[in-house]
Amino acid sequence: MKEIRIHARAGQGAITTASILGYAYFSKGQYPYAFPHFGAARMGAPMNAFVRIDDKPVRLRSQVYNPDYLIVVDATLMRGFDCYVGFKDDGIAIVNEREGIEIPQPRGKQKLFMVPAGKISTEIMGKTLLVNTVLLGAYAAATGELKLEDMIKAISDRFGDKGKAIVDMNVEAIKKGYQFIKDTPR
Amino acid sequence: MKQFIEGSHAVAEIIKLCRPGVVSAYPITPQTHIVEDLALMVANKELNAQFVNVESEHSAASVVLGGESTGVRSYTATSSQGLLLMAEVVFNIAGLRLPLVMTTANRAISAPINIWNDQQDVMTVRDSGWVLLFAETNQEAVDLHVQAYKLAEDKRVMLPVMVNMDGFILTHGMEVLDMPSQKEVDKFLPPYKTTYKLDVENPLTMGYLADPDYYLEIRYMVQDTHKQLLDIIPQVADDFKKAFKRGEGNGLVEGYKIEDADQVFVAMGSVCGSIRDVVDDLRAKGKKAGLLKVISYRPFPKACVASALARAKEVAVIDKSISLGAFGPLYTDVMVAVSSLGSEMPKMSGFVLGLGGRDITKRSIMDTYERLFGKQVDCEFIGLKQELLVEDK
Repeated sequence: MKEIRIHARAGQGAITTASILGYAYFSKGQYPYAFPHFGAARMGAPMNAFVRIDDKPVRLRSQVYNPDYLIVVDATLMRGFDCYVGFKDDGIAIVNEREGIEIPQPRGKQKLFMVPAGKISTEIMGKTLLVNTVLLGAYAAATGELKLEDMIKAISDRFGDKGKAIVDMNVEAIKKGYQFIKDTPR
Repeated sequence: MKQFIEGSHAVAEIIKLCRPGVVSAYPITPQTHIVEDLALMVANKELNAQFVNVESEHSAASVVLGGESTGVRSYTATSSQGLLLMAEVVFNIAGLRLPLVMTTANRAISAPINIWNDQQDVMTVRDSGWVLLFAETNQEAVDLHVQAYKLAEDKRVMLPVMVNMDGFILTHGMEVLDMPSQKEVDKFLPPYKTTYKLDVENPLTMGYLADPDYYLEIRYMVQDTHKQLLDIIPQVADDFKKAFKRGEGNGLVEGYKIEDADQVFVAMGSVCGSIRDVVDDLRAKGKKAGLLKVISYRPFPKACVASALARAKEVAVIDKSISLGAFGPLYTDVMVAVSSLGSEMPKMSGFVLGLGGRDITKRSIMDTYERLFGKQVDCEFIGLKQELLVEDK
């Protein structure tokens, strides 16, 4: 079983991100359980989305306390809060880089990938709306859990009803996020 | 077809396949996605129903009461404060013997305001005469809704059925499930027909005054139907299993590794999944633990519960609600059931967990297990933060 914890603010698309991740795993025959946890239940308040994945249906309904993988959509969350709480010793973290925010270094064998998702998104469409998609591409490359094609298929299915232009931008975002990690020296 | 889908979307989809003619609802977290989807389906003409927008849950319940009284299959969904506002109508729907199906996305009750999951809301209408079913997974939620209409509209029953699913954990949880086809649902659930309805050609009055000469018998008849439901629910569950090739348990309860269990957890809803994991952990350490999942809370399957627990040495009843001033409601019912075992009765402990969305972890379930061997407790809160219990001077 693998567990993913996404840190974001309500309204930043963490649930959609979790659902696309879950769908990508589902498409390759696995059993994901993706679910949100809201803090203050207000737009902008810190919230989590989780994905738990197994080869058989997931029965455990608690939140994720010891994630294998972390995705931090909003680095400002790391200012007063330790997003690494319970993070597995060999875990992999993907953080949306943000200027002026210092990110605490992970411990031991943990790996941290800083992804300029906002910058990449802006290059593609002039806005930061593709941040989550960039992070999904980065996730696939950083963890090796999903292939680039798996993520492209997942995003294309998810946004298929929104038209070709939207799908194309998202596919490009996946590819750029993926490539950014591949180009990162380890 | 296998899908990866959010619980609320899955419920809306299965309700569409059940072809209700009237849907009325008022949005409330965490039920909103269900009725939003249904409103969209009606607007897109995927579902041939009247979607009636209303200004409150009291009106939503009244509209579907009206729909059902004219002989039209109807549907609504609510949660928490919404269910409380419906309460008056909820009792009427059962008293009028209307076969409505409603989903309750279980959530805590104010005050203080809390949008998160527990099972306190349904307990406020526990005694209303409704059939109360609890889903552990979104697959079970989907399957229970189909069975719910079948049960409700059975001429031997003619009572409303509520399908309970844990708010957020299931309603907002996305998982893999098998969605039946329209053809399969149509085959299992024929169109609803009744002669007992409001009809201008054949006028009748429903729910007219029953004075002390009549009221007692009318209540007795509801109670008697619930007794018969203990046979009817397993029949419907069995028919469902044959038609859809899935389903565990007998429709009333389901046991997990219970045959040789010394310690048994009793619970309802999604927490049963986490308990299964704990049972497996304990089994791996050579401990004979098991789970008894209660699917039908009303009618309460007293005989099934007693026989399932007859062999157990210690029992942990997990309640996600409380009858303040007494015990967890499930604990009280299970106690009555096992009292028939006399001197064979296991040591019975009652625990309250997860109120207001406090996360139920494997650790908190293990806490209940460990307490089974100490002093007997009947209403022990698990996971209390002592530092918050300081009294104001």
